[in-house]
Amino acid sequence: MYRLTINGVAHQVDAPSDMPLLWAIRDIVGLTGTKFGCGVAQCGACTVHLDGQAARSCSVTVAESAGKKITTIEGLSPQGSHPLQKAWVAEDVPQCGYCQPGQIMAAAALLAHKPKPSDADITEAMTNICRCGCYSRIRKAIHTAANGIA
Amino acid sequence: MQRSHFLTSGAALVVAVHAPVRALAATGSPSASGAAKLSPSAWLRIDEHDVVTVVLGKSEMGQGVNTSLPMIVAEELEYPVERMHVVFAPPDPAFKDPFLGGQQTGGSTSVKSTFEPLRTAGARAREMLVAAAAKRWNVAAAECTARNGTVVHAASHRSARYGELVADAAALPVPEKPALKPREAWTVIGKGRKRLDTLAKATGKAQYGIDVRLPGMLIATIAKTPSMTGHVLGYDAAAAKKVKGVRAVVPVSSGIAVVADNYWSAQQGKNALNARFAAGPKPPSTAHIAADARALVKTEGAVGRNDGDAARAIAGAAKTVSATYEAPYLAHTTMEPMNATAHVTRAGVEVWAPTQSQELAQSVIAKIAGVKPEQVTLHTTFLGGGFGRRLEVDYIQDAVEIAKAVRVPVKVVWSREDDIQHDFYRPAATTAMSAGLDANGKIAGMKSTLVCQSIVKRALPALFKNGLDPLAGFGLADVQYTIPNFHYSYHHQETGIPVGFWRAPYSNANAWSTESFIDELAHAAGRDPYAFRQDHLPPGTRARTVLDLAATTAGWSTPLPKGVFRGIAFATWDDSMIATVAEISMNGKTPHVRRLVSAVDVGTIVNPLSLEAQVTSAMLYGLSAALTQKVTFTNGAVDQHNFYDYTVLRQDAVPLMTVVFVPSTEKPSGAGEIGTPPVAPAVTNAIFAATGKRIRSLPISDTFA
Ligand code: FES
Ligand code: FES
Repeated sequence: MYRLTINGVAHQVDAPSDMPLLWAIRDIVGLTGTKFGCGVAQCGACTVHLDGQAARSCSVTVAESAGKKITTIEGLSPQGSHPLQKAWVAEDVPQCGYCQPGQIMAAAALLAHKPKPSDADITEAMTNICRCGCYSRIRKAIHTAANGIA
Repeated sequence: MQRSHFLTSGAALVVAVHAPVRALAATGSPSASGAAKLSPSAWLRIDEHDVVTVVLGKSEMGQGVNTSLPMIVAEELEYPVERMHVVFAPPDPAFKDPFLGGQQTGGSTSVKSTFEPLRTAGARAREMLVAAAAKRWNVAAAECTARNGTVVHAASHRSARYGELVADAAALPVPEKPALKPREAWTVIGKGRKRLDTLAKATGKAQYGIDVRLPGMLIATIAKTPSMTGHVLGYDAAAAKKVKGVRAVVPVSSGIAVVADNYWSAQQGKNALNARFAAGPKPPSTAHIAADARALVKTEGAVGRNDGDAARAIAGAAKTVSATYEAPYLAHTTMEPMNATAHVTRAGVEVWAPTQSQELAQSVIAKIAGVKPEQVTLHTTFLGGGFGRRLEVDYIQDAVEIAKAVRVPVKVVWSREDDIQHDFYRPAATTAMSAGLDANGKIAGMKSTLVCQSIVKRALPALFKNGLDPLAGFGLADVQYTIPNFHYSYHHQETGIPVGFWRAPYSNANAWSTESFIDELAHAAGRDPYAFRQDHLPPGTRARTVLDLAATTAGWSTPLPKGVFRGIAFATWDDSMIATVAEISMNGKTPHVRRLVSAVDVGTIVNPLSLEAQVTSAMLYGLSAALTQKVTFTNGAVDQHNFYDYTVLRQDAVPLMTVVFVPSTEKPSGAGEIGTPPVAPAVTNAIFAATGKRIRSLPISDTFA
């Protein structure tokens, strides 16, 4: 049994210690906004925040996550009113949308540390894959959110 | 998606989209008699609460049909797009795509196939609502106008909301040929509109197939037979069942399924299976396939086009050039791995799937479960990417086979490794080209021989005739350049590898060989690559227009900074045309693509914002492939595993992109794929300009390794 605090709510999760956090979130707790894309820390679709840091939840175990503050896309802003979510709408970012929760969580961690990121900062922090190729609008939307335009 | 909306009964105006007018009875809910019997789902529906619902016979896979198709209806219906409800259609003959011959989303036909029917549906509803109001007020219909969901009679200051009129309107005859708004009066079509589903996607609320959760549902993964031609030798079911959370082990056609409480337990169970497989008879390997193709391409195949006498023209030419090009197998790698959820009961089968092929899915599900097609309920979810991969239904087959055995709802989820190793691949293409230039540097004759495993032979066998796959010559046999003597022949190569439709099928490889070769000819003729293409594309043609527009937008004639080089390419996909200019620089030994400029002609544009997104998306899809992607086979099995050895482009490698559109009043053609084919040749032609090295085998990284 692990006690996982997700979006401020404590969950008792019955899982083996090596289960990746991703599957505890998706299959046990039932929050499906965090996506599975590769399972090997390559794509970033599964990005959540662990104590405020971006983490690829497919490659962090349940045991490692216990006792940390876990935030998923559902907990970023209940109404979808986080500046990044507003910017995503303003810049018409998603196509299929599947990678977007991970992109937004990665961007949110970036903005939390660097409120006005440069293009180089964005390139460095945003290593998530978008198979639809929304990259240019993702970049633009991060700037938009940082500048408080949306 | 609010399925309940379309099951609600009560007064409603229901207008068929594809159904013949005479057969319509425009009353009641789709499940009621009359209209419902004919076509219970292909509807634009307006209910008494002013809820306008568009039932989408197209899957939303990133191309933006959730927004662009309602826009088409809204134009004629005079109702705000953002207030419309959108639901995904169940399988129904009424949603057959006339271009694809089935209920499918593919071939870039989503707008092309629905543009007239959706406008007509909107206009019919509008005319019926206006007629109902006019009758109620006892005035002439011509004195009433429909605007923003309300019919107004200005002279008497009367108005009625659509919802207040639907009951009366539904009793009126359906106008067969309603008056469509003239193009000049359009206020919705052609105006960029942001997508309606962005917030759902940005908050994690949009439901993809992989997100389906049902009470009592189990999750399955499959130890898939690695070899395309292989089979299972043995496995340890007891060991798998010892893993905590594992509920069942089920042999299925594609391997051995492990069914568990969650994905992780299922994966652990799959590892514990210790499954052993045979590679099977004659397992395909890339080395053999490539060697066979190289031999085959030297011989003439089935002749698909023969203008004049190419052999003679080449023999008598002032200068001759020949080259052979090799493009590799490719995987689709949609962002959402393959998955589907099924529940098989005595009453029938219920399936939730991110699919591009509702009709095919329905028949396959029925067959596996041993039920009638009408006992199949299929829910289409959002698709986390399609690119042609989800035209196949193998992942649905997996789910139904397992669900049939365990009799509880089961969601099968593929790993990324499964996805890359069990795809329907873009077939490799080996193309031999030769041509002769006359004394003026014009192409006197050209001969091309293509060796490429036919997708049509498997997927649409009736179309494969006399050794020819009618689609295989896309971007090669339908060459737009003026070439008086032209010969194209084709060899289908049987390999045992499943091949499928991959963004801009065939053209995605053919445009590269054709445009590389045209570049080689330009070089041999001592002409600038753009000027040489102009020489062979008559002014006033659509092809010439996009070529010139791309070159002008990219500033072809202006000098580049030191170390930067350009390449140009032209391509077609079905009725759409594109030209792309790539700018590259060399980072030591590796090419770096700095900028891509494309001009496209896709006919009438519905939503310029989603069109631009689609074209840039397709360009990057093509760029990822051109730079590093290839799938290879050893002993029947795929050598690549995940995004670390089948790499896709990320934020750090995205070039500056500009897309310009040719203004057009022609019918809409396809937009989702046209961006892919020109990118590889534009980039490899730029690499030639930079280095003098002609790339004749993809991916580019193989040359610079
Ligand atoms: S699923 Fe975790 S990084 Fe891809
Ligand atoms: S929007 Fe489709 S993968 Fe990013």
